[in-house]
Amino acid sequence: MYTNQTVIFKNKPVIIGSYSIVGPKEGKGNFGQYFNYVMKDDSFGEKSYEKAEMKMLKTAIVGAIEDAKIKASDVNLLLAGDLLNQIISSSYAARDFDFAFLGLFGACSTMAESMAIAGSIIDGKEFDTIVCSTGSHFSTAERQFRFPLELGNQRPPTSQWTVTGAGACVISSKGKGPRLTMATFGKVVDFGINDVNDMGAAMAPAAMDTMLAHFRDTKTTPDDYDLIVTGDLGKLGSEILIDLMEDQGIKLGLNYNDCGQMYYTRNQNTLSGGSGCGCSATVLNSYIIKKLRTGEYKKVLFMPTGALMSTTASQQGETIPGVCHAIVLECDESVKDVKISTTSNRNVKNTPSKKSERTSISQKNQGHINN
Amino acid sequence: MDKHMEAKKRNQAYNRYVQAKIPKTKPWPSLFNSFLVGGIICCIGQGINDLILLWFPNMAEQSAWAYTLIVLIFIASFLTGIGVYDKIGKFAGGGSIVPITGFSNSITSPAVEFKHEGIIYGICVKMFTIAGPVIVSGVVASFIIGVIYLFI
Repeated sequence: MYTNQTVIFKNKPVIIGSYSIVGPKEGKGNFGQYFNYVMKDDSFGEKSYEKAEMKMLKTAIVGAIEDAKIKASDVNLLLAGDLLNQIISSSYAARDFDFAFLGLFGACSTMAESMAIAGSIIDGKEFDTIVCSTGSHFSTAERQFRFPLELGNQRPPTSQWTVTGAGACVISSKGKGPRLTMATFGKVVDFGINDVNDMGAAMAPAAMDTMLAHFRDTKTTPDDYDLIVTGDLGKLGSEILIDLMEDQGIKLGLNYNDCGQMYYTRNQNTLSGGSGCGCSATVLNSYIIKKLRTGEYKKVLFMPTGALMSTTASQQGETIPGVCHAIVLECDESVKDVKISTTSNRNVKNTPSKKSERTSISQKNQGHINN
Repeated sequence: MDKHMEAKKRNQAYNRYVQAKIPKTKPWPSLFNSFLVGGIICCIGQGINDLILLWFPNMAEQSAWAYTLIVLIFIASFLTGIGVYDKIGKFAGGGSIVPITGFSNSITSPAVEFKHEGIIYGICVKMFTIAGPVIVSGVVASFIIGVIYLFI
């Protein structure tokens, strides 16, 4: 009945470099101190926000290559994608680089999609070094999917704030750094949500589907991971995911969180949290990879979700399909034995059952990141 | 076919569950804010009207109304251009959408947004993306009323 969706990498490709760049609002958010570069203003010195998004992607790709301490000529392939029509930010950014380019569209799940494909190619020893990148910009996404910026309307409480930011990483067959050990490719799942302001609810079933497939294929449980992190389900979506998984008999505990939910502080008025390709990409390429490098996290399940909607399809009455790809990142052998006291959430077996307890825990987690 | 029905049932159940879970906006504070701001905008309009009549005592009242509207539309466009009107709108909701200032905002904001696409394909084409339906329904309504008026 079930098909195998998971690839287990025998050669364990290494993430040798990573880079993240974000906008000023994101810089003031919970992950502010971890980003490589915080822009002073949203336009990044460009004439239009689309041009700014291209420049952000270019900066991220160059930054990741520099961080990996390799030459640009060593790169075989660039895998990138974004939210705009015809993925212009990625393909236009790619014209300035002298390596092959594959454009991807997985909406907000693009980071995991690109890394899963890169891992598969490198594990098959076809290519040696691949750059993965994705990004999003609040102003370009708003104008494509919603209303003009200056329109005086109110946002519903389920709406999310598209992250202005781009992330890139370099994956190679050899080197030192966090390792890519498994990847689960997700199916497109649609549970009939048609509210374009409620992306969390539209994508949570896809996250559930991929998570179930991952645990089934790899015979792991949530307790095997230090951190299980979804991309941009937001506050509502991650609560729905916890409920959906509970219905399937799997309890997500303290080690589960959502990038979108953690991204902004409470006072930043983002309602349900962050979203967009940049949301999971910047968190992965800053916070998560840094913690994996130090050995603070040993094993992370990273599974960003994407809502594969278009305004045309929505206006024609279509519901919103979602997709979710998962990758497993493990720290390098050399830091495997490092014990850091702050990893208190490791191997927590008792999941709190009350909802109030859960919310207080996620707030605590936010505080932990703040420090 | 069975599978299709099953999926439909599952989707309905999921939609019900999500609807129950969605955080609701509180009606009373939102209503208070929108009445407050809407009322202030109307007071400003009345003030402008009175000033015009004070400065130009010979003006007909109807032309004073027209000038009042022009001034209000200009103020709203200006506030949209400098990025203030959307902040008012975030607080007021319907209070700043319903008056003519909201209409002005809905035309100015896409014009500002799409200026990079050029004057014709950007500003001229996109200007009415939000206000367009309002104009169409206004024209249709006035046509219907006109026809009714013709026969009574």
